[in-house]
Amino acid sequence: MRAWLAKALRRPMAAVVLALIIGFIIGTLALALGGYDPVKGFSYMFTGVFSSTNRIMQVIVDSVPIAMTGLAVAFAGRTGLFNIGAEGQFILGQITGAVIGFYVPMPPILHPLFIILCAFAVGGLYAGFAAWLKNRFNIHEVISTIMLNWIAYYFMIFIVNMKSVKVPGSQHSPEILDTAKINFFHRDFRTTAEGQALSESSPFLRPFIRTDAGYAIIIMLITALLLWLILKYTRLGYELRAVGYNRYAAEFSAMPVKRNALMSMFISGGVAAVGGAMLVMSTSYYITMLGTTEGYGWDGISVALIASNHPIGCVFAGLLYAALKFGGLEIQSRMRAPTEIINIMIGTLVLCIALAPALPRLAERLERKE
Amino acid sequence: MKKDSAEYAVEMIGISKSFGHFKALDNVDLRVHTGTIHALLGENGAGKSTLMKILYGLYSGDAGEIKIDGETVDIRNPKQAISHGIGMVHQHFMLVENMTIAENIVLGSEPTKSFGRLDRTMMNDMIRDFGKQYGLEVDPEEVIMDVSVATQQRVEILKALFRGVDILILDEPTAVLTPQEIDSLIVTMRSLVADGKTIIIITHKLKEIMAAADDCTVIRRGELIGTVRVSDVTERDLASMMVGREVRLTTAKDKAKPGERVMEIRNLTVKDARGIPQVRDLSMHVRRGEILAIAGVDGNGQTELIEAITGLRKSESGEILVNGVDIANGMPIDTHNAGIKTIHEDRHKRGLVLEFNVGENFILETYKEKRFSGHGPFISWKKVDDYAERLIEEFDIRPADCSMQPVRELSGGNQQKVIVARTVEQEPDLLIACQPTRGLDVGAIEFVRSALVEQRDQGRAVLLVSFELDEVLDIADRINVIYNGSMVADLDPEETDEQAIGLLMAGGGQ
Repeated sequence: MRAWLAKALRRPMAAVVLALIIGFIIGTLALALGGYDPVKGFSYMFTGVFSSTNRIMQVIVDSVPIAMTGLAVAFAGRTGLFNIGAEGQFILGQITGAVIGFYVPMPPILHPLFIILCAFAVGGLYAGFAAWLKNRFNIHEVISTIMLNWIAYYFMIFIVNMKSVKVPGSQHSPEILDTAKINFFHRDFRTTAEGQALSESSPFLRPFIRTDAGYAIIIMLITALLLWLILKYTRLGYELRAVGYNRYAAEFSAMPVKRNALMSMFISGGVAAVGGAMLVMSTSYYITMLGTTEGYGWDGISVALIASNHPIGCVFAGLLYAALKFGGLEIQSRMRAPTEIINIMIGTLVLCIALAPALPRLAERLERKE
Repeated sequence: MKKDSAEYAVEMIGISKSFGHFKALDNVDLRVHTGTIHALLGENGAGKSTLMKILYGLYSGDAGEIKIDGETVDIRNPKQAISHGIGMVHQHFMLVENMTIAENIVLGSEPTKSFGRLDRTMMNDMIRDFGKQYGLEVDPEEVIMDVSVATQQRVEILKALFRGVDILILDEPTAVLTPQEIDSLIVTMRSLVADGKTIIIITHKLKEIMAAADDCTVIRRGELIGTVRVSDVTERDLASMMVGREVRLTTAKDKAKPGERVMEIRNLTVKDARGIPQVRDLSMHVRRGEILAIAGVDGNGQTELIEAITGLRKSESGEILVNGVDIANGMPIDTHNAGIKTIHEDRHKRGLVLEFNVGENFILETYKEKRFSGHGPFISWKKVDDYAERLIEEFDIRPADCSMQPVRELSGGNQQKVIVARTVEQEPDLLIACQPTRGLDVGAIEFVRSALVEQRDQGRAVLLVSFELDEVLDIADRINVIYNGSMVADLDPEETDEQAIGLLMAGGGQ
């Protein structure tokens, strides 16, 4: 038994599974302490996510932006940089999407592609600036990117607040043109007679019609695959990993350490910004004056942590994270329990995963006691 | 309380330990007489460190019994080991770099004034006296990152003694020391033993065992070979016990046939991070087909000189001409392009990416070359793997199937072989080897030294920087002595000896 446990603890997935279990235990305690029936709560949560294909699709749609920020943080992390600035880069991506989506009329297909390219460049340069600060003045990227997050946030408010941008009587920018939207089916299609008939007759198409599902999902998957390929199979990825693991050895081997930091942050920031642009192009359609940031970048840090910086892992970690959030909303609406309870669970989960390096030691201790 | 009746300070009986399928120790016995210096001898990976880590509570044995002063004990962690009077000084020091010597030693039991304020004066006086008492003099107010490795080691020993240990384990204590420092360490060990302490040194340096130890236990591939009284055996006996065959203690080589100058340094001055010149107006040259050794005590500018050559540090003035081109103030890439390849003294920091596997480490400097390329931006891991397997076989790196294994898991000697293989394979014009045999066992030392001689024979220039005079005298064709940032002598090894060089190294030539 002990030996089996010790062996199980050494598996890479052990941390995630264990953290989930502990997360649920803490969630149970939190629900019970709040005077709610935990069994009921979790069954709501479960059915909330799995009771229909629409709901499952919604979780997938929700997972896209945090998977993108997760990928951004993970990629930089693999190369030894901590990109806390995914939040700011994501916001700049949203601004790019909203502005080009409305002000620059273009034919369909080209329009979203152009937005994605621009968002990548904008986010990449923004994050690259943090890397430049590090290279030139030795300013740590954690400090600079946190500051850049606030600049991006207030810049968004500034843009939305401009007379020429804000839609009169609202708190947001104008809705982007239809040519810039990347949903599989236009949102209005749901309510047309034709759309209703199609979603009734085809259970397969229904979740695609009734949610904001779109090409963002595919782009996210391609991004994950690309980043994984770059890291694992290319000279650039090899260099980036070498710098990430041991910048001194990389420097001594004549690798361009500074240029790599710049490259890594550029790609990382670009990915985060594309996430922001895709959110605008598939779900929000405009940017809004917000009292606080939406936190996609922060969620991305948790996602990257859960995935231990593996690009493919980020896809699944994003799904897990989105499912927990979506299920949490269900607990809130069905039981009137505060969302904080689900946030406690997610927090516990992330904390436990951060403790993963302790697991092999725990395993050793178990073996020792035999 | 120590009992005088106990014949053995430490008895380890029938110790076994496996890591997975690998049997690191198989039924090993170790008995250490109270009040002696006991050497634990074995090649890298033989299991001597594992045995000591079991004694110190870092690992737990699968089988066996440990007795301290005749009583069976159960040691589960270093804290318990210390409470049984066992202290260990690791090969890689565990000191807080930005704290002072005194602060490091008292850490955990600081003398305080009222309101728990640290009593600096008392602490510094205490440590000064404490050091004197054991003949380990240190300046308590110096910060660890500013002092030499020898001093850091002294601090480690004092730290253990300060915690009241009676049994001191020293892991490869001489690996980082100069000849004079080694002598003074031996004196220190003698006086500690005279004081009633018991010392176990893990080492593979035969000379020091002969000079310092009373008894010696030899381990080979996890098995006990035997325990001998050092006075009964010769260096050669110990070497063959350790390796399991006859070994050469000197490297065979023909006379050098030097050619033209590959590198010529003229009036080079280099400052360290604090702005103090460490290399002063230094001139030297290395020729094709010769091994030039730079002998000197650690901290006389060797590090800064090599950093200036390899592009890690800017120089103030002077030229570094390689095949006629000045590479002073260049980048590492300029040094590489000039045909200089370097075996760095710190293989963990500069030489290897420990998380990378062996194959990935082999191509660290050559990954851009066509022979490892796939289509477009891709590296062909298949080609890298074939290359790795060839080098592993050619250089006898163990285990033989390690190409996909993280280099961290290899023994020190095999890690060094990875670096040597990588460097030699690039066919450099000038091969710089800094402390290339530091911390290696006899077998690996033999290998590295012959590899350097072979490079010389192939017409390459070899620059050896070593603190070990034995090594310098063994393979150098020409010796430059560095003192206080300048070359103070250019010697022919056949016309000089250890004493003469030692004197020059200590500044006696001026």
